[in-house]
This record gives sequence, structure tokens and C-alpha cells, in this order.
Amino acid sequence: MKDKIFKSILFIASCLILVLTAGVIYALVTQSISAFSSFGLFNFISSSEWDSVNNNFGALPFITGTLITALLALFFCIPFSLSIALFNGEYFKQTKIATIVSSIVDLLAGIPSIVFGLWGFYVLRPILIDMGVSAQGFGVLLASIVLAIMIIPYASSLSTEFISMVPNELKEAAYSLGATKMEVIKTVSLPVSLSGIFAAYILALGRALGETMAVTMLIGNTNNIPTHLSDTGNTMASIIANQFGEADGLKLSSLMAIGLLLFLITATINFIAKYILKLVNK
Amino acid sequence: MENSINNDKYILELKDVSVSYNPEKKAIKDVNATIKEHTVTAIMGPSGCGKSTLLRAINRMHDLYPDIKTTGQILLKGENIFDMNPMRVRRLAGMVFQRPNPFPTMSIYDNVLAGYKLNNIGLSKAEKDEVVENSLKSVALWDEVKDSMTQKGSFLSGGQQQRLCIARAIALKPEILLMDEPTSALDPISTNRIEDLILELKQQYTIVIVTHNMSQAARISDNSMFMYLGELIEYGTTKQMFTKPKDKRTEDYLTGVFG
Repeated sequence: MKDKIFKSILFIASCLILVLTAGVIYALVTQSISAFSSFGLFNFISSSEWDSVNNNFGALPFITGTLITALLALFFCIPFSLSIALFNGEYFKQTKIATIVSSIVDLLAGIPSIVFGLWGFYVLRPILIDMGVSAQGFGVLLASIVLAIMIIPYASSLSTEFISMVPNELKEAAYSLGATKMEVIKTVSLPVSLSGIFAAYILALGRALGETMAVTMLIGNTNNIPTHLSDTGNTMASIIANQFGEADGLKLSSLMAIGLLLFLITATINFIAKYILKLVNK
Repeated sequence: MENSINNDKYILELKDVSVSYNPEKKAIKDVNATIKEHTVTAIMGPSGCGKSTLLRAINRMHDLYPDIKTTGQILLKGENIFDMNPMRVRRLAGMVFQRPNPFPTMSIYDNVLAGYKLNNIGLSKAEKDEVVENSLKSVALWDEVKDSMTQKGSFLSGGQQQRLCIARAIALKPEILLMDEPTSALDPISTNRIEDLILELKQQYTIVIVTHNMSQAARISDNSMFMYLGELIEYGTTKQMFTKPKDKRTEDYLTGVFG
């Protein structure tokens, strides 16, 4: 009897999650309908207008801003997270120093987004100004660097796991043929763990796409398509964060539409990563 | 115990070889032995007696694990392996492992050539083809896989995979071949084929094989070592050891009193 009650509680809890998710998606869809019907889906995605006076809105600058910052961040984070993964998963596997490094990396993951934003604003931005990147320092480059630091923990901890899962017998086989550690990593460890590492980076990309606070503080918040590293811009998340408070009518609907698109992009990215992980773990 | 009445060359000489996994306890103690060219030497003994540990000392595999300390001398063709570059030692002493371990991301062709790739030895296409064909023919795998060279090695059966691993080891033309229970993960038919193969490879290579299977040792080896609790208890011709063991412990092991 008790068992049955417990079972139904669990069942109701899981259903509730489903209902909540469906509710969020439902709200996003219904509220963005007026934007999509006014501008048309394709037009909304491909237009770079963001005109509050004439009520004419398009998402292209924000979609490009999001993709550019996220991909740049991924690019910047690869050398660092791969080094950490090789350090912890291969060279110093199961040693004290690896434990220390991995807990520091975990600590990085626990730093709130706004703190990264502050740090980027008051520490990194002046450095970029001194280097002559731009007059104000804001922009795609600043946002991507901070974003890269923020996703390093996600990319590196999962990659570490996959690299350390490479069977010892394969590595010993390579050593027994006279390979050096470098060659073992290059020809055995990395190729064997490649799809797992790839999935780790896709997951990290998913995080970078949706990251809001730090990016909003650093990207400069202008509604143009960035063409240079030093250009300011806006991402899908940052335009919503900037304007949701003062929006109504068609503008609010346009923000909802951007939110829906962002949700679809990150959901797709996460789905791809999970799918690869499932293949890897088979 | 050693005598020098014959003039056969010793390809491998072990002098006071000890290996310890931690400072308090030695896994193998002061092993002395000499091994002649073109022989098959079986290392036998109960689990945990140090047979694999001794074998892995010969190609300096213990170097990979900083906690493991090896002392003594091991001469390979008269040269102390501890004075050599470990990569060179491992090229000269090929190894075959307990479980077949072809590289899963490489094709059959690339698996055979893995030693060359890992050592950055460049070969022309013709040389590569020759090495692959010769190595696979030596392990009697050529006819079975010649039409599927680009397939991954992991598609082969366990016995075929193990022969592929032997081909990979001999592709580098090592001086000796170290085999660590190479048939323990295989079915009886594959085991037979590997045993036949070992007898053929003996013409070209010197083989040291760890086995827990006494009848296997009797079938394929010329000489046998019996190890117990980290010590080399008895070493002599296989025939003599199986018929008239000198040590009581050897006799007990061979007659199944323990093991």
C-alpha cells in the first residue's frame, strides 16, 4: 500500500515536470505568434531591423551575435580545456595534483555569471582598451573571452572523463611498440576518445549559446551585425535581458520569438550532444 | 648452475632482477636466467607468483608506472636494457598481451603498421604493403583478411585479433617476442592456432611466454621457468622439468597439489 502511494507521488512529480515544460513552450509559442505572423518566420530571422518606433523587428543581428560569440568562445576554450583534460586524464591521471586541478576547474564552474561579468568589465575590459582593441573595450572579443573561460569547466571535465576512459591495454600496446607518451596521446588516446570529446564541446557550445548575464554586461548591446572582433553587438539572450522590462505588444512578442528560437537552438545542440554520447557509451 | 659448455649465443640474460611495487615488498626477487636464440621459454607458476611482472621487466613496461622499481641487469644481445632508451628496448622486444588489443580506430592495415607510425618511421607505399603482407602471412592471417584491409581490426574474431596483434608486434622485426598469456582469452581452436603459430615463429624469433596452462607449456616450450612467490624456483628444459623436476615445489605444482 505504502509502495503504491510512493509510486503515485513519483508519478505525479514526473508528470508535473512534463506539464511545466510544456507550459513554458506553450507560452513561448503563443506569445511569439503575433511577431511571426506580422513579419513572417523567414523575414523575422533574416531581417536586421530593430525599430521600436515603427514597430519593425528582426532577429538576424542577435542570431549572428549569439553564434559568433559562442563559436569564438568555443574556439578560445579548446586549447585550454584540452590541455586540462590531457593533464588530468592522461599525464597526471589519478594523482593528487590532478585532483587539485580538477577541483579548481570545478570551482570555476561554480562562479556565478554576474561575477564573471564584473570581472570582465573591470579587469579584462581595461586590458583590451590598453591593447588598443577598441575605445570602450566592449564587444564580441571581450564577451567571447569571458564566455570561453566560463565554458572551460564543462568542456574539460567531460573530456577528461573520456580521455581517462581509454583502456590501459590499448595505451600499453602502443608503448610496447616503442611509442613515446606524445605519440600514444596522438595516435591512441585522442582518436579513441574523439567522439566523446566532440560531444563535450557541443555541450559546452550549448552553454555558451544560452549564457546571458556576463555577455549582456560585456558585448556592448548594440543592435547591429558584428563584423569585427572589436565590434559591439547583442546576442539573443542579451537583447531579451536588455529590453524585456520596457517591451509590450509586438516588441514583447518579438522578444518571445527570439526566446523560442534560442530555446530551439540550444535544445537541438543538447540533443545532438546527448545523441553522440549515447553512441559513444554503447 | 650456469654452464658454458655450449657456444650458443644468449640473446637475453637476466641478472639479479628484482621488481617491487612498493618499498616493503618485492614482487620478484633476484631472478637469474639466460635465454638462447630461437627458443620458446615458458614462465609458469600460480597466480600472483610474478610471472607477468618478470616478463614486463624485459621490455621496461614497469617504467610507465612510477611506483614500480626494477633493479638488477637485463642484457639484450649483451646490452643492458637499463642503459638503453626505453623506446628502443620496446621496439626490440615486441609484446603480445593477455587480451587481444588491436587499436580500435585503425584499419587492419594500419594496425599492422602501427609500430612504424608510432615511431615516426616513414615507409613508401610499396614497403608498407610488403611489411603488412609479410607480417600477416607470418601469423597465417593474410588469406583471411587480405580483402578487408581497410576494415577496423575490432571486426575480427578474438583469435584473429590476437593474431593481428602478433603481426603488429613482429612487423617491427623485434629481437624477442614477449607473450603474456596470449591465449587465456581465446577459445580452444584459436588457442591451437596460436600455439602452432608460436612453433613457427620460433624459426625467426626468440619467444618468452607466460602461461598458467601447464599443458600449453609442455606443448610449445623448449625451456621452462617455474616461479613461486616471486622467486625463480626452477629453470631448465621443459622435458626435464615435466619428467624429473628438481624442486619439491615444482613437482607439487605440476602434479596439481597447488596452483
